Amino acid sequence: MKLDAHIPPGPLAEKWKQYRGTMKLVAPNNKRNLEIIVVGTGLAGAAGAASLAELGYKVKVFTFHDSPRRAHSIAAQGGINAAKNYQNDGDSIYRLFYDTIKGGDYRSREANVYRLAEVSLNIIDQAVAQGVPFAREYGGLLANRSFGGVQVQRTFYAKGQTGQQLLLGAYQALSRQIATGQVELHHRHEMLDLVIVDGKARGIIARNLITGELERHAAHAVVLATGGYGNIYYLSTNAMNSNVTAAWRATRRGALMANPCFVQIHPTCIPVSGDYQSKLTLMSESLRNDGRVWVPRKMEDVMALREGRIKPRDIPEEDRDYYLERRYPAFGNLVPRDVASRAAKAVCDEGRGVNASGKAVFLDFASAIERYGKAEAHVQGIHNPDPATIQKLGKAVIKAKYGNLFEMYEKITGDNPYDTPMMIYPAVHYTMGGLWVDYNLQTTIPGLFAAGECNFSDHGANRLGASALMQGLADGYFVLPYTIGQFLSDEIRTPKIDPNLPEFKQVEDEVRARLEKLLNNQGSESVESFHRRLGKIMWDYAGMSRNAEGLDKARKMVRELREEYHREVYVPGSMNEFNPELEKAQRVADFMEMAELLIVDARHRNESCGGHFREEYQTADGEALRDDENYAYVAAWSWNDGEPELTKEPLTFENIEVKTRSYK
Amino acid sequence: MKLTLKIWRQKNANSKGQFETYQVEANSHMSFLEMLDVLNENLISQKKEPVAFDHDCREGICGACSMVINGHPHGPMQGTTTCQLHMRHFKDGDTIVIEPFRAKAFPVVKDLVVDRSAFDRVIQAGGFISVNTGGPRDANNIPVPKEDAEEAFNAATCIGCGACVAACPNASAMLFTSAKVAHLAKLPQGRVEASRRVLRMVHQMDVEGFGRCSNISACEAECPKEISITNIALMNREFFRAAFKSEESPM
Repeated sequence: MKLDAHIPPGPLAEKWKQYRGTMKLVAPNNKRNLEIIVVGTGLAGAAGAASLAELGYKVKVFTFHDSPRRAHSIAAQGGINAAKNYQNDGDSIYRLFYDTIKGGDYRSREANVYRLAEVSLNIIDQAVAQGVPFAREYGGLLANRSFGGVQVQRTFYAKGQTGQQLLLGAYQALSRQIATGQVELHHRHEMLDLVIVDGKARGIIARNLITGELERHAAHAVVLATGGYGNIYYLSTNAMNSNVTAAWRATRRGALMANPCFVQIHPTCIPVSGDYQSKLTLMSESLRNDGRVWVPRKMEDVMALREGRIKPRDIPEEDRDYYLERRYPAFGNLVPRDVASRAAKAVCDEGRGVNASGKAVFLDFASAIERYGKAEAHVQGIHNPDPATIQKLGKAVIKAKYGNLFEMYEKITGDNPYDTPMMIYPAVHYTMGGLWVDYNLQTTIPGLFAAGECNFSDHGANRLGASALMQGLADGYFVLPYTIGQFLSDEIRTPKIDPNLPEFKQVEDEVRARLEKLLNNQGSESVESFHRRLGKIMWDYAGMSRNAEGLDKARKMVRELREEYHREVYVPGSMNEFNPELEKAQRVADFMEMAELLIVDARHRNESCGGHFREEYQTADGEALRDDENYAYVAAWSWNDGEPELTKEPLTFENIEVKTRSYK
Repeated sequence: MKLTLKIWRQKNANSKGQFETYQVEANSHMSFLEMLDVLNENLISQKKEPVAFDHDCREGICGACSMVINGHPHGPMQGTTTCQLHMRHFKDGDTIVIEPFRAKAFPVVKDLVVDRSAFDRVIQAGGFISVNTGGPRDANNIPVPKEDAEEAFNAATCIGCGACVAACPNASAMLFTSAKVAHLAKLPQGRVEASRRVLRMVHQMDVEGFGRCSNISACEAECPKEISITNIALMNREFFRAAFKSEESPM
């Protein structure tokens, strides 16, 4: 198969504009007769569904949640990037484009990323018009902060709840369309398979999670906005129910899965505290604006900390190793996520981890509190403020910026981060890989589109902070509503798709057989226990650092685990009822297959780039060593019944010089 | 720690439920939901049906948690969702009573799972600003005083969990509805259709079968996001002003 990304002609900065101006259109009277299924109601899904409905298409939306507002975009904390240059610090569309390509370690498409940077401006305008309450300055204008891997302030935020506020904006826009009847909402419905008729995506099989019934839903096109696959690792910052089933089922029906090994491990999460742990909690990257990351220099201090003989604040400045500031003076604590995560792993592997398990580093706000305290005292006209006043004022500033994150930390750990440094460790957070899509966000199956984290398109091998919200909303509000017209303009003569076609029955029967097999299994082990074991294999061998030997071993282990799963799993309850264990069981079955594909991709990519670090390919000082000659391509895989087949989409860089990524 | 759990079990919306008693061993670092995970693993290993409960993000933001713990929605800790509640706040030997949020407008789906789609319909009635995608003016052309933006934000942090309804003896949804009315009413963008919005949302609240507000303020006390009842006062003002001047009848 040859992959065509359908990049429009013209100079980079003109491509999207020219393409939009010459696209095929669908007249309003025809839009009324065209139906679109949107699966998922996170940023990409809700924004896309609302925008498509505003255009006049008939939209059916599916979410497995009880309400569209619960999609996991709601949990995004830190912010959203946009090249507004409101701070007059030299930002521009080109610079956001450049930072994103570089941040992604030169493994994303120029044209897509440039378009993303371009529409970033519209997203902020749109969100503000919807009433999203972003942080503001006293003059009433929007405030910004910095995120990792950049040297300008382009991140818009709403305290540590930016995802919540942006999702509620999209949810409200969607609600407005539901009220008009333009969108039909199916909540507590989970997509379990894709239906293809005459080579085009024409519908889905969904399970009504309350009654347990399987339903057939037909449309002229299907949009997947179903998020990422981070929960393959069991422990991640993803919500408990986030899963890969929709995207995986599309892959099994012929879509290609691109770069599955590009997984983002986020450096600042609350460390694992026990075997019973069900998920990990992120502490926003925005904290690295003000928090300094360190571990002790001396092993005796490390031991004393672990045994509780000293407190972190007892260690004098000169005995602390602010290792990010030391290794990367240009970006300091704001290096990109992959770099910060590996650096934390390195100091912990040296034995300098600061908690009992040896897997934690400090994120310390003492100097920020002091700095802000002095500045605030000055503003208030207090000369020679005493230390207590400085502390009080400084803590108030920190509280205004990160209050909810500090509270969350204290609730989980019982420690007060205003008085003692946070303890953090990397955890799986986001997946850059996903369904392969062309410039129109269309997969290799005509009529099947993928938006948001669910596609692979814009982040290369590493996503920069505050870029996920940007991409999800860009796809949903400003890309898909245009590009889907390219496909639908040829469908205006296609009558309403009939869900009684044999293709629908066939897929429904297959889904029912899959679920019944799980339910009738005579095993004795819970789904959860298998999921934990899968996660451990993935974290140990396909996590923060990988090598050929480990990956070969992991592939074998995952295959064995999958066989054992289908032999030994026990799923209680029955098909025709509300049955959360059955939901989990089919999701974990799909994770088990996707996990193998991730390993195969990681094994084949003999280079280190972004979040993919192969121990065999590193520089003398432990930095990632890319191989542009042999691996400057998108790896798009078909599953092919467990013997994955690779198709390459070469990446060409015409507007940006490909360099070794350096943040030193 | 050894705990005794009395948990509401109900097969589906149409069947009668009852409390069942379980013993479980937990440790103080666990979250409350992780303690329930342990219980469910035990039940599954005995081939019994696990307890169904809604949960997702487990970091206090998605609003899926819907259980009443020892008489309090989301349990005894103030400003804390069930998923953020940790077992260090309980003692060895404690008996814990767990039941679903109870309200006429929130029918039980199964065990501790309830149907809160009534909230979605209240938002659909008017909890939005009517602006289509595309072409709005530059964001900074709408300056908003910092204080107003912050008050709007505070109201907008509602997670739509329904604890306010579960806490209210009348099962009123005033705190939830007023938080959205206040969020949008505080912003210049939201003023344009403020009257229509408040009338329609209040009407929908009644249609869904939520009760009246009688100023008990249990909603505020139990709200995991500490949404203030001053929002209710604001909504009342907005409502009477709108009802008085509007051509659209208060329905």
